[in-house]
This record gives sequence, C-alpha cells and structure tokens, in this order.
Amino acid sequence: MLDPSFIVAQLPAVLGAAAVTAWIWAASAILGVAGGVGIALARRFGPRPVDLALKFSIEMVRGSPFLVQLFLLYYGGPYVGLSLDPVPAGLLALTVYGAAYYSEIIRGGFAAVPPGHVEAAACLGFTHAQTLLRVEIPEVAAVVLPALVNMTILLLKETAVLSVITVPELTMAISAIGSESYRFVEALFLLALFYWGLVEGCGVLGRFAEARLARFGVAAP
Amino acid sequence: MNPALFRLLVEATGYTVALSAVSIVAGLAVGLAVATAMLSRRRALSMPARAFVSFFRGVPLLVQLLLIYNLLPSVGIDLPGIVAAAIGLTLCTAAYQAETLRGGFAGVPRGLVEAADMVGLTPVQLFWRIRVPIAVKLTLPSLVSEAIMILKASSLVSVVGVVELTRMAQDLAASTYRPLPIYATAGALYIAVDWGIAGLGHALERRSRWGRA
Repeated sequence: MLDPSFIVAQLPAVLGAAAVTAWIWAASAILGVAGGVGIALARRFGPRPVDLALKFSIEMVRGSPFLVQLFLLYYGGPYVGLSLDPVPAGLLALTVYGAAYYSEIIRGGFAAVPPGHVEAAACLGFTHAQTLLRVEIPEVAAVVLPALVNMTILLLKETAVLSVITVPELTMAISAIGSESYRFVEALFLLALFYWGLVEGCGVLGRFAEARLARFGVAAP
Repeated sequence: MNPALFRLLVEATGYTVALSAVSIVAGLAVGLAVATAMLSRRRALSMPARAFVSFFRGVPLLVQLLLIYNLLPSVGIDLPGIVAAAIGLTLCTAAYQAETLRGGFAGVPRGLVEAADMVGLTPVQLFWRIRVPIAVKLTLPSLVSEAIMILKASSLVSVVGVVELTRMAQDLAASTYRPLPIYATAGALYIAVDWGIAGLGHALERRSRWGRA
C-alpha cells in the first residue's frame, strides 16, 4: 500500500512546507517566551491595574480556542485597520497564544523560588536588579524548562491550525497532496514523520538546555 | 449584537457542549482500556497501547480529524461528519486521559489493593471497585482540565464541516460581514462554558472526598 516512489516525488514540496512550519514554530516560540517573560515581569513589578488587565487578557486567550482567536485576528482585524497576510497573521496569533501560556508557566516559576534565596542575596548586598538577574531568573529558568518544552510542543501542534487561513505549512501541503492524489496513506506517513521529527528535535534541544541549566536547579525542600 | 444572531450562537454552543461531553465520556472509557493495556505485562498489549498514545498525542488534532475524515471513506467506510468528528475527538482525548490515568493507577495505595485481595475480592472486582474509582478520583483535576482542552479543541471540527459554535460563527461572520463582534461573542461563549466545567469540577471534587489514603 505504501509507495516509496510517490513519497520521494512529493518530498521537495513537503520539505518546503516543513520549513515553513519549522520557522513559524521557532519564531512564535521565541517571541512567545520573550512575551511571556515580559508579561510575567510586568505583572510582578508593574502597577496593579496593569496586573489585572494582563490577568484578564491571559484568561481570555487561554479560555477560548486558538482557531477562534485566529479568525478574530485574520477576518476581524481588517475592520479595525489591521489587515495582515496569512503568514504574519498566523505568526502574530500564535505568538500571542504562546505568550499567554508561557507567562503563566514563568509566573509559577517565580513563585517556586525559595524566599530564603532572595533574602540571602539581599543580605549579601545584591541590588534588586542583581537579585533578579543572578538569582531569580536562573532558578526560574531551571524550574520552568520542562513546562516550557511541553508548551513549545503544544505550539507546534497549533501550527497545523494555521492551514485553515491558508498558511502554506505542512498540514496544508499534505492535505493538498492527499486530496489531489487520494493517497492518504502516504500522506499520513509523511506527515507523521515530519511532526514526529520536529517534536524529537525540540525534545533534544530541551534536554540539552536542561543539562546546561541543571546547575542552577533548586534542591527540593 | 442582534439577538437573533446571539440565539444562533447559543444554540450552536449546545452542539459544541454535547459533542465535547460525548467525546470526554467515551474518551474516558477508551482511555481506561488503553491505560490498562499500557500497564499490562504482556508486550502484545502494552506496545500497541503505547503506540496509540504516542501517535494521538504527537500528531496535531486537526491532522487526525482530516485523516479520519478523508481516510475512512477511501477505505469504504462512509461516516457523517459529526460522527467522524466525535471519533477523532474521542481518540485524541483517550490518549491524553490514558496517560493521566496511568499515573492515577500508579497512585493507588498498594495496601488498599492487598487488603481488597485479602477480603476475597476477585481481580475483576478489585479492578472496578478499588483501582478504577481511586485512579479516576486521583486524576479528577486533570480530567477537568482535559475537558476544557477538548471543549476548545472541538472548535477544530468546524474544519471538516460540522456546524458547532466555531462553524456557526464563521457562517454568520461571512453572511453579516461583522466578524469582530461575532468571533468575540463566540470566544466569550467558550469561556463561559469553561467556567461551567471548572465549577462542575470543583463540585465533583468536593463530593468525592471519599477514598482518601
């Protein structure tokens, strides 16, 4: 049933689409983590109204389906002067979606820093900025890394949704191949292979980062 | 917003809730079977169960839905869209629930199992009366968040043409040219149902104080 020559013939198109998936994924993950850190810090150090506004927005993003958010941005955006092409719209929606989840993970990480460490840093004469940069952030990074990797894998799976607004990524390319040729077995095989490869790649990067960060790890109380 | 449009959206929310509820319950049953198979000592049982979980957790749900929707007819099984959607959601959530239930089974205190064995429960009784209730109870909080995940994931079945909340919003947005209020309302309705599920989960947790070890 599986025809290797068919798969080989489709490879160039699929590789191109996989590259689109990979870069949108990587960009939204990096921007999303940056946004998540920003949100977590703004909620921690900003005035209370900012904290509440961000909390409400995060609740909205985490509570509603990504597809609805994508439609709201892509089809609703032009009515408020935000006309975006599919790729930027998809990237923006995915970044916002990721940032909401990442910020919650990071906020939880800050809560896990033992107060004693912060106090010890203060006793040693660290400024607030030094404490944040040299004590809290490294510890937070070590604690939240597995959850961040997890979320990043979820983000990869959300990139498939972008096919609905015609972003030329893997799922779109492969459903096109499937519906043109009716060879869904080969298409499935290719698709599973690529997503699996991307997830494994992310896992390898995550384990590497975990090993590097392990030295900042907080011992279990 | 026009009350007639709002009513259509609320009605469609009913379909979304029904589809999610069916998938969650059926997914719990399938997930229980898969978790049991995963914990089996027989590799002929545990290997396929692992492969099932790995596949359905690793591949995007949208892709699974497209596959079920396209693959089944090509092998001669013709299903209505709503059934294909329910099967897709059920299999996906079953994989996630199996993984959590596996953890729940591991959390069943050994002493309870041994005590049940001592008082003469058969292995089947022991499974249904001791291990399953405790495992489900232990995993209740993640079951609730899984229900919320599935509610949100059910929006994807709009892509295979099932008219639920997201599809209804799409149709209304296309016919009224007012996507902003319609999609915003759809999002708000999803959030309202989320809260309902979370509230239900808290109530269930309060009611199930039994079985503490």
